Amino acid sequence: MSAVVELNKVCQHYGKFQVLHDISWNLQPGEIMGLFGHNGAGKTTTVRLILGLIRHSGGELKVLGGQAQDAKIRQQIGFLPENVMFYPQLTGLETLQHFARLKGASMAQVEQLLEQVGLTAASRQRVKAYSKGMRQRLGLAQALLGNPKLLIMDEPTVGLDPIATQSLYRLMEKLRNEGTSIIICSHVLPGVESYIDKAVVMARGHLEVAGNLYELREHAGLPVRLRVRGLAGREISHPAIDSRSTLHDGWEELAVRPDARLEVVGQLLQQQPLDLEVRPPSLEDLYCYYTEKAGAVGVAGVQQ
Amino acid sequence: MRQIFNIARKEFSDGLRNRWMLAISLLFAVLAVGIAWFGAAASGQVGFTSIPATIASLASLATFLMPLIALLLAYDAIVGEEEGGTLMLLLTYPLSRSQLLTGKFLGHGMILGLSTLLGFGSAAVAIAVLVPDVSISLLVSAFVRFILSSTLLGLVFLAFAYVLSSRATEKSTAAGLALGVWFLFVLVFDLALLTILVVSEGKISPELLPWLLLLNPADIYRLINLAGFEAGAQGLGVMSLAGDLPMGLTALWLCLLVWLGVILGWAHLAFAKRVG
Repeated sequence: MSAVVELNKVCQHYGKFQVLHDISWNLQPGEIMGLFGHNGAGKTTTVRLILGLIRHSGGELKVLGGQAQDAKIRQQIGFLPENVMFYPQLTGLETLQHFARLKGASMAQVEQLLEQVGLTAASRQRVKAYSKGMRQRLGLAQALLGNPKLLIMDEPTVGLDPIATQSLYRLMEKLRNEGTSIIICSHVLPGVESYIDKAVVMARGHLEVAGNLYELREHAGLPVRLRVRGLAGREISHPAIDSRSTLHDGWEELAVRPDARLEVVGQLLQQQPLDLEVRPPSLEDLYCYYTEKAGAVGVAGVQQ
Repeated sequence: MRQIFNIARKEFSDGLRNRWMLAISLLFAVLAVGIAWFGAAASGQVGFTSIPATIASLASLATFLMPLIALLLAYDAIVGEEEGGTLMLLLTYPLSRSQLLTGKFLGHGMILGLSTLLGFGSAAVAIAVLVPDVSISLLVSAFVRFILSSTLLGLVFLAFAYVLSSRATEKSTAAGLALGVWFLFVLVFDLALLTILVVSEGKISPELLPWLLLLNPADIYRLINLAGFEAGAQGLGVMSLAGDLPMGLTALWLCLLVWLGVILGWAHLAFAKRVG
């Protein structure tokens, strides 16, 4: 099966300034990929290249097997920009109808999408009266017009309440199951962690890492955190345990080398604890690790 | 073609929604009827005078109004979309920049053309109904030429507006530039030409000066409307130079069309080069 998006040593220059350096990764059909990076890492430029808004300076970039500038390719791409804006004078329905005409989508789908994002009742209100969350939901409906094969969402949960956020994630899963490939750019890493199949971390215009979470964890070698309750005061010793700290309510946390985590878990179970949790490095841990490794971001997110 | 129509449709319905079309049509109608009946009031004459005099007065009025209205209608066509956050989204659709600009041009052009037809056309109807013994054939030909040329003049300035809108980074800058363009072509150009004429004291070839009128679409427009009437171009400031211009009406129309083509081409180029 050919990749939906394929970047091979893609470079991008703005004048003398190089913003992307030899970026290579691919997105397969039905995959959800998280594109992460600090501000200025090159995410937006990458997305703009994929959308065909700018042309790459070097390397090879294929979207749905062709060039992103091609109208037939664009027909199959849905995009939800960060802080999506629409024409304030139009109603939600008119907005979606306008974009549906441009996409060649049916008016029946307009009604269906308005219902899907919960805006049927507000569809005849002008967009200027919409809250941020409503605008975001309208933006999502707009991105889904024409049943795109590739959906790109930049910070899609901004302005959404927790229930709307969860339904967005569920919708993402549904679309994936139907074969849609999704690229999601987000800083809300815990939210997307369990939904993505693959993560790409960028820093300072370079690709730091690309792969699924298991690959990222293996590559990073960060300790696994074992949380255990009911073993206070008992001796726990294993050469793979890097640290042991006491938490509240009788919980303790052990930082364990990933290759020996099962061995340590076995040892702990023998001591019959009241509870035990295994916490592999989270997406946020991995993001911080790779970004800091690249020397790109300080504590306050300021580029060093 | 479908995409161009879709954009044109949106622009046209925006024009209806925000009452641009209604306002322009009413303005044109009131001014046109007023000029037709009270245009010669300064010379103590009230009531309809003649078709040439009415068209000459209307053309002078439209020379000021059409460029201004066209520039106001479209100065934010591109920069406004960018400031509003919709330009990037539009450009991710199967829609080229050229289609987007052409669609806007068609939509705005329809607003301008229909308003001109309704506004000035109502004056023609009023004259036909209320003035006895008026030559209907002369009235129709004069007004058809006047309405078509006014629309064409408006289209040229719409194209100017797209150039400015494609190059400006902020709406306010585009608005300022639009006023500058209006000021240059409608007010400054003729004054500058007259100044050159006076200051040069005959040093500039007299054959050259009438051709300089072709550098201003507003002057070409006036020439089109004054041509065909007896002594039409006489005694009207810089327009008096037109008598020496060895060009027919068709050539003048072509000149205005060339202006439109060149400026619209420039607008497409400017929009294509715009980063966004």
